[in-house]
Amino acid sequence: MDMNILINGVYVIVAALFIMGLKLLGHPSTARKGNLISSIAMLTGVIVTLLDQAIVSYELLLVSMLIGSIVGAYAAKKVAMTSMPELVSLFNGIGGLASVGVAWASLMTDGISSFVVFVSFLALVIGGVTFSGSLLAWGKLSERIAGRPLVFKGQIIVNVAVLTVMVAGGTQLLNSPQSSDIQWLIFVTALVLGLLVVMPIGGADMPVVISLLNSYSGIAACAAGFALQNNLLIVAGALVGASGIILTNTMCKAMNRSLKNVLVSGFQKVTSNSITLEGEIKPISADDAYYILEAAQSVVVIPGYGMAVAQAQHAMKELQVLLENNGAEVAYGIHPVAGRMPGHMNVLLAEADVSYEQLFEMDEINPRIDGFDVAIVIGANDVVNPAARDMEGSPIYGMPVINADLANTVFVLKRGMATGFAGVDNPLFFKENTRMIFGDAKETLNGIIRQFAD
Amino acid sequence: MTTIYLLFILLLSVVVGFELIRKVPATLHTPLMSGANAISGISLLAAMSLAGGEMGSYSTYLGAFAACLATINVVGGYMVTDRMLAMFKAK
Repeated sequence: MDMNILINGVYVIVAALFIMGLKLLGHPSTARKGNLISSIAMLTGVIVTLLDQAIVSYELLLVSMLIGSIVGAYAAKKVAMTSMPELVSLFNGIGGLASVGVAWASLMTDGISSFVVFVSFLALVIGGVTFSGSLLAWGKLSERIAGRPLVFKGQIIVNVAVLTVMVAGGTQLLNSPQSSDIQWLIFVTALVLGLLVVMPIGGADMPVVISLLNSYSGIAACAAGFALQNNLLIVAGALVGASGIILTNTMCKAMNRSLKNVLVSGFQKVTSNSITLEGEIKPISADDAYYILEAAQSVVVIPGYGMAVAQAQHAMKELQVLLENNGAEVAYGIHPVAGRMPGHMNVLLAEADVSYEQLFEMDEINPRIDGFDVAIVIGANDVVNPAARDMEGSPIYGMPVINADLANTVFVLKRGMATGFAGVDNPLFFKENTRMIFGDAKETLNGIIRQFAD
Repeated sequence: MTTIYLLFILLLSVVVGFELIRKVPATLHTPLMSGANAISGISLLAAMSLAGGEMGSYSTYLGAFAACLATINVVGGYMVTDRMLAMFKAK
C-alpha cells in the first residue's frame, strides 16, 4: 500500500513537469528545454512504475521496452525533415495500437465493473480507429497509396452499418467482457471505421487528418487511463487530446471549412465554370528574374508543399543570404496549411538554418505585403489564390490566403500549369505583375544564385 | 465515486491543456505534434504493470506488446522533437 502512495505521489510531480514542459513550448527559445523536462518527467514515471507490486517478472517487460527504444531511436535519427508528416502519422498509429493493447489486457482481468468494460471498449474503438486511420494517412502521405480522395456511393450507409455492428458488439461486451470473439469483432470494426474515415480525405487536407488522429491517440490513452484508474494516463492523454483538437480547429479555420466538411466530402466539384480568367501567362527565365531581384529592396518568400517536394529550402536559404548581402530585407510568409502538417514549412526552413524571427504567420505578413518589391511563391498554389478573396462562387472563396498578388512583382516557381489540390484555376498566374518561372524549384533557385555569383 | 473523481481530473487537465497549447506559436506546431506523440506514449506506464504480471497469461503478452509500441512512441517522439527544436535558431 505504501508503495502505491509513493508511485501516485511521484505521478503528481510527473504531471506537473509535463505541464511545465508544455508551457515552455510556448516560445522557440525555450521549447527545447520544455521537451527535455517533459522527457525527464516520462523517465521518472517509468522508473517509479517499476516499483509497482503488480510487476513480478521483469524479463519480458524489459525486453519489449528495449526493442521499442531501439526502434524509436532509429526512426528519430533516420527520418528526413521532409518526411516528418509520415513519421508523426506512424507514431499516432502506434500510440493508438498501444492503447488498444492496454485496454484489451484490462478486459482480461477478472471481476471488472461495467464502467471499466465501457471505457475499455472506448479505448479499444478509438485506439483501433487511430491505428488504421493513421496507417492509411501514412500510406497517402508517403505516396504508397494514391493521395486523392476516395469516395464511393453509399459510403454513409456503410459507415452507419459499421457503427451499428460496433455498438451492438459493445453492448454484448458488457455481458461477457472476456469473450474474445466479441473483442475481435469490436477491434476489426474499429479498424474498418478508421479506414473509412480517412479514405475520402485528399492530400492537401492531410494537416487536418494528422491533427485529428493526434488528438485521438491522446483520447485513447485517456480512456485506457479510466479503465485502469490511472490518473497520470488521464492527465497526459487529456493534454495530447486538447493539443490535437486545437490544431485541428486551427487547420480547419485556415481552410475556411468545417471539420464535418473536411471529413465527409473530399472537395466539392467545381460546379460553375462561369468565371473566365483574363490576362495571359508571362513566363520568364531565371536569368531575367535575377535582374529584378538584384534591384529589390524587400523580398517575401511564400513556400508551399512544392518546396518540400523539390527540397528547395537550402537553395532558398542560400539565395536569402545573397539577397541580404545585396541590401534587401527577406521575410517568409507562412500559411497555416502550407505543407502536409501544421508547421511543416517552419521545420524545413529551420533545417535550412533560416532564423525563426524571419518566419511570419499569415496575419502578420498580410498587412504589410504591399510594401514588398518581390514575392517569391515556391510550390504553393491554393494558399496564395486571390480567387479566395474576391471571386465569389470559387470553391475556395472565403478561405484566408496570403495576398502575394499585392506585392509589386510576384514570381511563381512552379513545375507546370497544373491546378492546385482544390482543382481551381489560380488568377494569380494571370495577373499583370506576375511572372511564372517554370521548372524544378531547386534548379530555378540555383540558376538565380549562379547569376548572383557572376 | 472514483469515477467522479477521475472525471474531475479529466476536466481540469483538459482546461489546462487548452490554455497552454493555445499559446504555442504556429512555427512550433510540428514539434508540438511529435512531442504530443511522445506524451501519448504514457500508456507505457499502464502497459508495464500488465506486462510484468505472471508470465504466460494472455494479458501479460498483450501488455508486453503494448509496452513495446508505447516505448517506440516515447523514445522516438522525444528524440525527434529534440532534433527539430535544436534547429530552431534566432538570428
